[in-house]
Amino acid sequence: MEIFDIFLLEAIVNGLLLGGVLALLALGLNLIFGVIDVVWICYAELVMIGMYAVFYGHNVFGWPLWLAMLAAILAVAFLGALLHQFVIRPVLAAEPINQLLVTGGVLFFLQAVATLAFGVEFRNVGVNLPALQLGGMYLSFARLIAFLVALGGMVGVYLFLTKTFLGTAIRAISQDRAIMPLMGVNPNRIFVITSALGGGLAGLAACLLVLQYDIHPAIGLTFGPITFLICVLGGLGNMVGGFIAAFIFAQFISVGGFFLHIEWGYVIAFLFFIAMMFWRPQGILGGK
Amino acid sequence: MKWLALVLLALAPLMGMGNYPLHLLIMTLLWAFVYTGWAVMGRLGMVSLGHGAFLGIGAYVVVMGWNHYGLSPWLGIPLALGVTALVAFLIGYPCFRFKIVGHYFALVTLALSEVARLIIVALRDQTGGSLGVTPKTALADASWSLSALQFSSKLVWFYVILAFWLGGLWLWGRVDRSMARLALEAISQEEEAAASVGMNITRLKLGVTMISALMTCLGGVLYAQYQLYVNPETVSGIGISLQMVFGAIAGGMFVRLGPTVGAAFTLLLAEGLRLALGHDIHGLDSTIYGLMLVLFIIFMPKGILGAILEALEKRRAAKSKTAAATA
Repeated sequence: MEIFDIFLLEAIVNGLLLGGVLALLALGLNLIFGVIDVVWICYAELVMIGMYAVFYGHNVFGWPLWLAMLAAILAVAFLGALLHQFVIRPVLAAEPINQLLVTGGVLFFLQAVATLAFGVEFRNVGVNLPALQLGGMYLSFARLIAFLVALGGMVGVYLFLTKTFLGTAIRAISQDRAIMPLMGVNPNRIFVITSALGGGLAGLAACLLVLQYDIHPAIGLTFGPITFLICVLGGLGNMVGGFIAAFIFAQFISVGGFFLHIEWGYVIAFLFFIAMMFWRPQGILGGK
Repeated sequence: MKWLALVLLALAPLMGMGNYPLHLLIMTLLWAFVYTGWAVMGRLGMVSLGHGAFLGIGAYVVVMGWNHYGLSPWLGIPLALGVTALVAFLIGYPCFRFKIVGHYFALVTLALSEVARLIIVALRDQTGGSLGVTPKTALADASWSLSALQFSSKLVWFYVILAFWLGGLWLWGRVDRSMARLALEAISQEEEAAASVGMNITRLKLGVTMISALMTCLGGVLYAQYQLYVNPETVSGIGISLQMVFGAIAGGMFVRLGPTVGAAFTLLLAEGLRLALGHDIHGLDSTIYGLMLVLFIIFMPKGILGAILEALEKRRAAKSKTAAATA
């Protein structure tokens, strides 16, 4: 019984750490949805591109890890801006479902491009971080770093949105899209900046995930669906809700995976999500 | 004209068609049937990304029943349809009752198709997991077995699937002409207003969802029995669910033959690119395919057939205008 409890505790703590990264992923998607009103189905594929960028910078070009990571964040931020300018902008006036689907097309496209450019082999940056031992529990050091950086990133975004002029403009446009041009703010400029910021967050998540996972073109499908569910459970566009939902989901995956197989952890998390949708369709923080 | 085309299509395989073109024709009709099933609800504003679940239920329930319990597909099919109806009800009823629409509906149903995929993978001891599964063959010493629903002849499958496809188009037409369609179109425009004039939204939506889900489930059964191989990625999950939506949209989901045109177009494009570019450069064909999908949705949101019909309509209108002006 004694042993059993410590393993369960380990699963709970690891779930907590996993929640940090999921929260970071959800934050980027929520930011974009909140401001532009579009769901990027291909969000996790941007993360995948970011992971390849780190791999190429560090392992192929031989840059130090921090430089490779910085380059990856900038590259994905740029990709986010491109995505908005060339894919989202032309369909902004179209049916909402076309906006959803066009990013679904980008999902296929990015996966195929990654297969074309990088091959289907599994890649690894080969940075092995030790496991931390804490009172009989083994915790992943990479996950701990990811958790702390993710928290830092979220505080950074919060400060940016509340303390800077640009952040205020972004929040304002998410509340009333029609009035902002009258205030002398160019909405498209704000949208591109928001997309770049969302892309940058995907890049940051990529830097953290690359320490824990092998990279392959379909890696996005591992994180993509779960990220959407977190955002919906938290209420699309609601960043605080997404933050809380990420930790709930991570516990289901981690503890469910502890008692059963890891896929069952995901199945339970998804079923929980479906059940929650009926109880609180507008998200856990939303009113009925 | 319409009937002539149909007779030509039905006779086509008898005129010395090679095995590979016949296979492509069968797959086109099969996917056309599935995409049409999707469009039955998709065109009414219920964009489901969960149809992979129904396809997966159709394929796996029948194959699992046959492999593990010796259950004939003739009994497996009603069982699969029953499971599909139950799942569609469990998802659909609360969604429609609590007015989960738009992005939310798409993402909830997306969760459903991922659940189906993960359950198939997690039950790997029974389902073979990601490696997929082959129905136990009943063709060891015969070229066909009616009780196992296995036929080695492609010709048999062609006519079976042709019949299903025609049935699917007929159903599409039935829904199109029904009062429910007008009501649901009103609902997809303005739900509150439709409810205020006394429409039972939940029941109407649920009915259309049932038709759509059961058609997709049958498509899954046909796919598994024709290919004699299924794996979780090809019949469930986010990939195939998106593919159905793309197919229907590419062809045009608001016209009856739209999803069929979409199925033919996407299949021939994928095969054509694969043949033209070969396997030497892995991923090049799907890169172009993905790019075309994106361009399609941006520049042709009504789909191929939808855009053609619209253009014809415009020309006719312009003609009658000039005719009226000269007269």
